Amino acid sequence: MALKEKYKQLIDAAKINNVADLQIEEKDGVLNITGVAHTGKVKDDLWVIYDKIDPDFRAGDLILDINVTPAVPGSKIKVSTENTDLNIRKGPGTDQPVVGRAVRNDIISLISQSNEQWWLVRTDKGDEGYAYAKYLTII
Amino acid sequence: MKTKLFLFLSFLIIGLSSCKEKDSDIQSALSEKFKSNPELSNLNTEVKDGVATISGEIKDQNSKPLVIETANGVKGVKSVIDNTTIPAPIPLPVVETKNEGLNQGVNDAVKDLPSVHGDVKDSIIILTGEIKRSELPKLMEMLHSLKPKKIENKLTIK
Repeated sequence: MALKEKYKQLIDAAKINNVADLQIEEKDGVLNITGVAHTGKVKDDLWVIYDKIDPDFRAGDLILDINVTPAVPGSKIKVSTENTDLNIRKGPGTDQPVVGRAVRNDIISLISQSNEQWWLVRTDKGDEGYAYAKYLTII
Repeated sequence: MKTKLFLFLSFLIIGLSSCKEKDSDIQSALSEKFKSNPELSNLNTEVKDGVATISGEIKDQNSKPLVIETANGVKGVKSVIDNTTIPAPIPLPVVETKNEGLNQGVNDAVKDLPSVHGDVKDSIIILTGEIKRSELPKLMEMLHSLKPKKIENKLTIK
């Protein structure tokens, strides 16, 4: 109960923004919040609120697993790496061979988000494979 | 009158004994049939008044029809009581397999952050090392989406 109070602002924001399939459950001293946001912005906003309530995510008393409604295949995505190019791999995992490269800040196409962490993408050059979702931004 | 009673009793005795014999006949036929099938050979069979009761442990639910059909196929069996049991499922090493997927996910997430170290223990992610504040939210988002039980953030923020 106390955790729901602590993260009330976050829960309220999720409700106001119509996060679908919203589930809030406390288990072993950890609050689990899951749901599907309609846009990446809603998800980002929730993370900003989380960071405000628990600066630098130190408390370890929340698992915030918010997905974003899958983008339409063919959507344009931006390679948002910090300062390197992005590897495109044969399969979803860093143990998979690199089959291509997406240049930083380039716009590429999304094929599938069936794997949450690894999205299937295609570059304009025709390189097709899995890239790490953390470095991809839907535009 | 006496003759009639005698006859009646004789029939009764013959009838009863034949009935008993019948059960034992069915029993041996049943037992033989079960013993000849490796899948059923460990089961116990019992016959009483033509009703066969089968007990013991079978491999799984799918073996049940075979038990009943086999018993029904024995001459003289009127009905079958299936008292066979299914062994309790062997619990899957949930924690281990979960850890494996989690381990891989954590490795992928920290791969490009050489100063960050991620450990997984009992579905709990333990982060140690150093990170830039600007890199922290993205890393956290990725780790939270792996659905761990908990994340212990012991990172030093630069």
